[in-house]
Amino acid sequence: MSASIYVPIDSAALALGADEVASEISLEAKRRGIEIKIVRNGSRGMFWLEPLVEVETSKGRIAYGPVEAKDVKGLFDAGFESGGKHDLCLGLTEEIPYLKKQERLTFARVGIIDPFSLEDYLAREGYQGLRRAISLSSEGIVQEVTESGLRGRGGAAFPTGIKWNTVMKAQADQKYVVCNADEGDSGTFADRMLMEGDPYSLIEGMTIAALAVGATEGYIYVRSEYPHAIAALNKAISIAKDAGYLGQDILESGKAFELEVRKAAGAYVCGEETAMLESIEGKRGIVRAKPPLPALSGLFGKPTVINNVISLATVPVILARGAEFYKRYGMGRSRGTLPFQLAGNIKQGGLIEKAFGVTLREMLYDFGGGSASGRPIKAVQVGGPLGSYLPESQWDVAMDYEEYSAIWAVLGHGGIVVHDETADLARLARYAMDFCAIESCGKCTPCRIGSVRGVEVMDRIIEGKERTRQIGLLRELCDTMLNGSMCAMGGMTPYPVLSALNHFPGDFGVAGERHA
Amino acid sequence: MKEPADKIADLAAKHRDRPGALLPLLHAIQDEMGYIPPESASIIASALNLSSAEVQGVITFYHYFRTEPSSIPRVEICCAESCQSMGSDKLLAHARTVCDVHPVYCLGLCASSPAMMVDEKPYARVTPEKFDSIMKKAAS
Ligand SMILES: Cc1cc2nc3c(=O)[nH]c(=O)nc-3n(C[C@H](O)[C@H](O)[C@H](O)COP(=O)(O)O)c2cc1C
Ligand code: SF4
Ligand code: FES
Repeated sequence: MSASIYVPIDSAALALGADEVASEISLEAKRRGIEIKIVRNGSRGMFWLEPLVEVETSKGRIAYGPVEAKDVKGLFDAGFESGGKHDLCLGLTEEIPYLKKQERLTFARVGIIDPFSLEDYLAREGYQGLRRAISLSSEGIVQEVTESGLRGRGGAAFPTGIKWNTVMKAQADQKYVVCNADEGDSGTFADRMLMEGDPYSLIEGMTIAALAVGATEGYIYVRSEYPHAIAALNKAISIAKDAGYLGQDILESGKAFELEVRKAAGAYVCGEETAMLESIEGKRGIVRAKPPLPALSGLFGKPTVINNVISLATVPVILARGAEFYKRYGMGRSRGTLPFQLAGNIKQGGLIEKAFGVTLREMLYDFGGGSASGRPIKAVQVGGPLGSYLPESQWDVAMDYEEYSAIWAVLGHGGIVVHDETADLARLARYAMDFCAIESCGKCTPCRIGSVRGVEVMDRIIEGKERTRQIGLLRELCDTMLNGSMCAMGGMTPYPVLSALNHFPGDFGVAGERHA
Repeated sequence: MKEPADKIADLAAKHRDRPGALLPLLHAIQDEMGYIPPESASIIASALNLSSAEVQGVITFYHYFRTEPSSIPRVEICCAESCQSMGSDKLLAHARTVCDVHPVYCLGLCASSPAMMVDEKPYARVTPEKFDSIMKKAAS
């Protein structure tokens, strides 16, 4: 029997040399006359260990990492293909505490299966959600999703079932399901990992959404920075279609659903749902005024479900196991799990799927193992470039939408970016303003002009020119942006800026005067 | 060999009937020619029944579309927060002494910062030394 050896094809593993490792393993096996089968899986999400090579044994999968091409000879000398001892050996993958402490529902298959093998997918509960959905009415599906408590994972945390209900009730000759895979937030990569590591779960989730609302066409809008994810989706869509999971008669249900990938073109604001629709329609990504809601008048003016990758990829497990099961995880009004992404200056960065209610301190130390530099951690930005910076005094707050909102912070898409004590929060605040100035769609003045003025004011603060007056100006500007912007681009840029100022006034050259 | 204008017209004819054809068409042109040549706007406009100004507006709105041939290889370095926290400033400064560099904002490799892409091939945990050896390999 030939041994199965797993070498990830996740972009982050490729970025650390996984392709070179895979070809070295296959060459060396040939040289030694050892029969092996190389499987290219997604990533387990423990990036400090990538490339993480696993071998199948009778006891389970055994992990080795981080493996470089130059380590391969030594691994064969140690007999790693049958689980032999080696300095890089990490033991049974499932027993690695980082993985063992997680609650993987959405990411249950990522890193385990061959992303393109329908057989693997079906063997691990794949398409059971869709089969159940086919047996239900539209209302039945929407009710299940509503009862699960699932809220949008793209940032705004709007209840998914309520959105679907609006689209379901709308009367139209054509409806659409659009997946937002723009994943523009820096510090986030969950969408990418899922699309590369388990694309069928997204396809299944979108198909269930289509059945629920009566849509027959769908688009996945993927950022251009993700060429591997785009290729993975295209390949998976074509296999799913050939096998009857997409197309004109899905699993002989008489229902049709066609799916197409659209490549974005490098504009952060196109992650905002209405700008995304404009972009798919072939226009500049300018935010639309609401109302009308996209649920009623969305893509090409038709009722449209718009959801994030993670929201949609979570739907299959909800349908397969039921709302009651999913809802058992989490706290308060934040039900289920969130795939957190731990990044930046951290020793053990990666994907951590946990039920809501975990704390940032657990993330930083129990999972992350402290900073990568070994210096004390100073500030942590949670929720992407529009999220607040959290000082240590806030690291014990439960990670829950409402608890975070109460401390003027957001969970957003679950990104956590760590900065050590060398970080200068005034420079990071300037960066936030500059990012807004670069990425503003230009539709409203508070965002377009406010951010440019914000950069000028930050420059003067950093230079130390009339600091007190400039900080007063900065607060006024933020106030205008908060209250007068049409979307969260301008409306939330004040979160990183003011949280930096309020929690780290020393970096702005002023003594700590507290503001709410 | 086909003239650029003919190539653009062929691509336009191929994509024109798709809903929301403009973005896929622009991608196809850039994939094929390396950039969006100046004559594109008017050819696309007549194929898609738009005004040249509209098409031009779309081309300039998106950072990804280039109106001039790009340096080869194309080097993109992430300058977003996570990479900043791991020294992307230094990497960027070093890289700029070596070649043309395009700043980008997040490549989704943030748990292994700093990150970059060279002609769509991703690299992570890039130090200035690693950068030099990557560029050496890319040149050969
Ligand atoms: C400037 C801006 C950028 C956004 N970027 C994204 C993004 O990259 N991905 C995403 O899913 N949602 C993004 N959103 C949120 C979307 O507008 C929308 O709320 C979301 O796609 C809805 O899906 P969900 O309910 O499943 O979260 C962004 C919003 C704003 C204002
Ligand atoms: S806040 Fe900024 S990005 Fe949003 S609509 Fe206004 S100008 Fe556009
Ligand atoms: S912030 Fe640099 S790769 Fe995400």
